[in-house]
Formats: sequence, structure tokens, C-alpha cells
Amino acid sequence: MAVIDVRNLSKSFRVSASDPGFRNALCHFWNRKYRQVDAVKPLSFSIEAGEIVGFLGPNGAGKTTTLKMLAGLIHPSGGEVGVAGHVPFKRQKAFLRKITLVMGNKQQLIWDLPANESFRINGAIYDIPDAELAARIAELAAMLSLDKQLSQPVRKLSLGERMKCELLASLLHRPEVLFLDEPTLGLDVNAQSAVRHFLREYNRKYNATILLTSHYMADITALCKRVLLIHQGSLFYDGALAGIVEKFAPYREVKLEFTETVDRMRVAPFGEVEESLDRSARVIVRREALTSTVEQMLAQLPVADLTITDPPIESIIAELFTQGTVNAPASATKP
Amino acid sequence: MLKKLRILTVTQHALMLAYRAEIYLWVLAHVMPFLMMGVWVTASRSGAGGAGGGGGMAFALTPVDYARYFVCVFIVRQFSTVWMIHEFEWHIVEGRLSYFLLRPMNPLWNYVTAHLGEQLARFPFFIMVLAFFFILYPQARWMPSASAILLGFFTIYVAFALRFALQYCFAMLTFWFERASAIEQLSFLPYVFLSGLLAPLADFPEPARRIAELTPFPYVLSFPAQILMGQITASSPQLYQGFAVIAAWFAGLCLVGQFLWRRGLRRYSGQGA
Repeated sequence: MAVIDVRNLSKSFRVSASDPGFRNALCHFWNRKYRQVDAVKPLSFSIEAGEIVGFLGPNGAGKTTTLKMLAGLIHPSGGEVGVAGHVPFKRQKAFLRKITLVMGNKQQLIWDLPANESFRINGAIYDIPDAELAARIAELAAMLSLDKQLSQPVRKLSLGERMKCELLASLLHRPEVLFLDEPTLGLDVNAQSAVRHFLREYNRKYNATILLTSHYMADITALCKRVLLIHQGSLFYDGALAGIVEKFAPYREVKLEFTETVDRMRVAPFGEVEESLDRSARVIVRREALTSTVEQMLAQLPVADLTITDPPIESIIAELFTQGTVNAPASATKP
Repeated sequence: MLKKLRILTVTQHALMLAYRAEIYLWVLAHVMPFLMMGVWVTASRSGAGGAGGGGGMAFALTPVDYARYFVCVFIVRQFSTVWMIHEFEWHIVEGRLSYFLLRPMNPLWNYVTAHLGEQLARFPFFIMVLAFFFILYPQARWMPSASAILLGFFTIYVAFALRFALQYCFAMLTFWFERASAIEQLSFLPYVFLSGLLAPLADFPEPARRIAELTPFPYVLSFPAQILMGQITASSPQLYQGFAVIAAWFAGLCLVGQFLWRRGLRRYSGQGA
């Protein structure tokens, strides 16, 4: 059964718009102009219990707005949404006890007090008995490798330690559904890895459903089997992470090693030559022509060794988003 | 619920103690009643109704009573000052309200306990200021009866609730205007003039006093101060009239506040978050 069920969910904002300059500022003061921004265009998806799903898109794609709607923070402009059997924007207490939202660029911890104080507040608000609260803090702290940091003022913690404490505070009530908005933002490689490991463990231990946004592909590849790709408010891919290669990059890279020097012109007919050295070359070949092309290569070139690889998924997604527009799969591919 | 409020208040108290300088300034910023006391005590000494018994204008209280009145106003202000609109405005604009909305508890309690924690943190400094005043002006020293203290502090917290409800309604306008505190400033003038901060209501012309008594402002300052002074007691009809007006205003403000909260949440965009 789907824990998160979204049908034609959309959100539009009215934002004031003004041009720079003194005169425009005056005009804007007297005659305010607004424009409609469709932050999220109707999108639909569902997520089963225990899934970890990556939610990817460039800045301004609508990821955070979608997460806020799922967490019940903002009202949708249209569509239907159900999370853990509740309508999020009704913000029923039973719903709020089942979910959490962690925002990498915001903090819930009290800045001037030790993190333990914030945990105590959360313990009281979520009606966690004192002994149980202590046990949960100990358990999560062990999973996150936190110890003395919990009794230091939050402002004295490093960014990585702070984020771990944020996660701890957000998970004390053992939510079933986690909305994570860039939880590894700004963390160093070790801290990122620790957070990923923790999330994997939490998911395994409590069968938690996780919807995760991140600009670090390493987070996605380490945690998510399934991804949702969103661009300009529209969902354009929902499927396996591995499927992105099939859909958006229907080509393979063929690495060739030769027994003798081979001129670039001899390799060019087989595909797009990415690199050509004296005794090696890298050629991009369309997937449907791969078998026949490799046969021809082996027959016509002095091949000593041949390796076929998928293009790195990070580069495919990065290319999709940096292009600024996402086209149909066919035009999003290489030759 | 009581456990939640206790832990929230204690934590807010700890947070307030992190800003010691701010607490000193807060207490000092509330010395306005002492300034007004100086003005009224001096004036009444030369007035017809004052201790001076001169031939000037009539005053409702003796100089010592003026001193006591403004001391009571100082006490009431220490426990009934409300600043939630500034915090709420910041939380909306920065998107920090999101974290309160994610909790299974009305965010209102966060603001209430922040005020209680701050009052607790300010308490020792408030006592010091009070003691310092009575050392300087021993004539004004008096010991209210136990019933006056009990009823007075109950009324102070009723006044706090009323003032909180009033500011809460203004704060909800942040969902529409973002700088709702500027709108709330509109209530500052009537508050200053009608609450009894500048002059006891007894010195108001009768029609002005009657009008003032229909607004919520006298009940957030003058009313509890008069109870602390012992001017209004449990047997005074004014006490019940006062509570009736407070109840009417409080109920109305709660309804308006709840309506604005529900409508406002639909507009919340979690800005900055």
C-alpha cells in the first residue's frame, strides 16, 4: 500500500514583480504588479512503505515546495495528496507524529543552547517518557557517532555535527515518513558518508519511507533505487535510478585498445570518437547498434582489448539539468 | 500538557539567560512608570487634591498614592508585556514557523512559554529595581494584603492573556502584510493614553474614562494596578464589571485570532525555508 500518494498535485504562488531603478520603485509602491508562478505543475506519483526515493531537479524546480506540501506546511493549489493515511494540510496531530521534515539549510535546534535542550522539548511535545527519550537519544547518538557534542551549545558545533543533531532531533519520535531536503548540504565527504550510512540504517531498522532531495548525486546513488526527476515544476521521470541511463542516455562508451597504431579516421565510422590516441580510443555508440558495431570493430580494427561501459549517471543527470530544458528522451541523448 | 509547558518554559528561561545584557535593558526600558510618577507626584504636591493641598488643579490621588500607583504599573508591565508579534513576524519571513508547524502542538504555546521564560529570567532584576526604588522613596512603601496580592497577580495574568490575544490578532496579519508590527504600532497610542500608563484613569474626565473603560487598554494595566494597590477589592462592583469586559474582549479576540490563523495558514509559503 502506498504511504505517499500524490494525484495532480500543484502549487502556484502570486509574487510581486518590479524592475530596478528609482522610478520603478515608486511605481511599484503605488501600483504593485504581480505575476503568477507555477512552482509545481500537476504531478502524480506514489511511494510504498520502506522505499527510499530520490527527488531530483535543478534549483527552483519545485522539489522543496512539493516536500512542504507533503509535510503539510503549505496548502496545495490543486490535486490530492495523502501521506500515511492523512491529508497533510489538515495537520492532524496523528499525522504530525508520523512524519518529519529535515531541511539542510534551516535548523530547528535552539542556537544558543545545547542540542540536549532541544531534544528535551521534542521529547515532551511528542509525549516520549523520560527513560524512553534517553534511550532513543543514546541509540540515535550512537548511530550518528555523537557524544559530547550533545551538551555543547549548538552554535559551537561544526556544520556536520549540527546536521547530525538536526537529524537526531527530527527522528526522536520515530517517524514513519521522512522528508529530507538536502540533508548533506555543505557537509564534508566524511560527514556526508556518515549521514548516508545513518539514513540507510534508519530505513532498514524502522522500515521508514524516505523522500530525499540532494544536489549530491553520491547521496542518491548510495541510497535510492528509485528517483523522481522534476524540472520547472513538472515531473518527467519516475523510475529506477538505473533506468535513467536507458531513457536519457541510450548509448554506450566503447573503449578500444589496439595491437598497433590506429588513425582516428579509421575509428570515426563506428561512432562519435571521444578520444583517440595511438593505440587506444573511446567511442560513443548508440545502444541499438552496439552489437553490430562491436562485431564490425572486431572485424575491421586490430583490437587487443575492448570494454563497454555505461556513461556515469551523475554526468547524465547533470547534463539534463544544466541544459536548462529537458526534452523528450530521444533528443536528450547523445548520437 | 502541563509537562510540555513546564519544559518549554524552563528551556526558554535558559535561552533568555543566555542574553543577560538584553534582560538588563528590558528591565530598564520599563522605567517609564517611574518617570511618570515623578511628574505626577510633583504636580500633585502643588495641586488641590494632593498632599500639598495647594490651590491648583484637582488631583484624584495623594502624592504617595501616585507613587504607589506607578509602582504597581511598573509591576504589572513586568508581567504583562507582550512582544510575540516581532518573533512571529521573524518566524514567518524567515520560514522558521515551519518547524513549529511540524510539531503536534499549537505554535501559540511556543510564544506563550517564551514570554513566561522571559518573565522568569527578568524576575530577580525586577526585584532589585523595586527594592532600589523603595530605598530611595521609603514613604511609598506599603504591604498589600495577601488577598490583594493573590487577586492582583491573577489579574496581571488575565491582563497578560488579554494583551497577548490582542497582539496575536495583529501578528496574524503577517500572513498578509509581513510587516504586521507596523500595523500593530497603531494600537500603541491608544494603549499609552487609555491604559493608565501616563495617568491614572481616575484623573481622566468622566466621559473619556467611560470610553476608555469600554476598550481593552485599561484592563491590561490600570485595572490590575488598582487591584494591587487595594483600590479595587473582591467586594468592589468594579472588579466584576472589569472581568466581564475582559471576558468579552478576550472571547472576541480569540475568535478573530483563530479565524485569522486558519485563513493565514492557507497563505503560508514557508518563505526562506
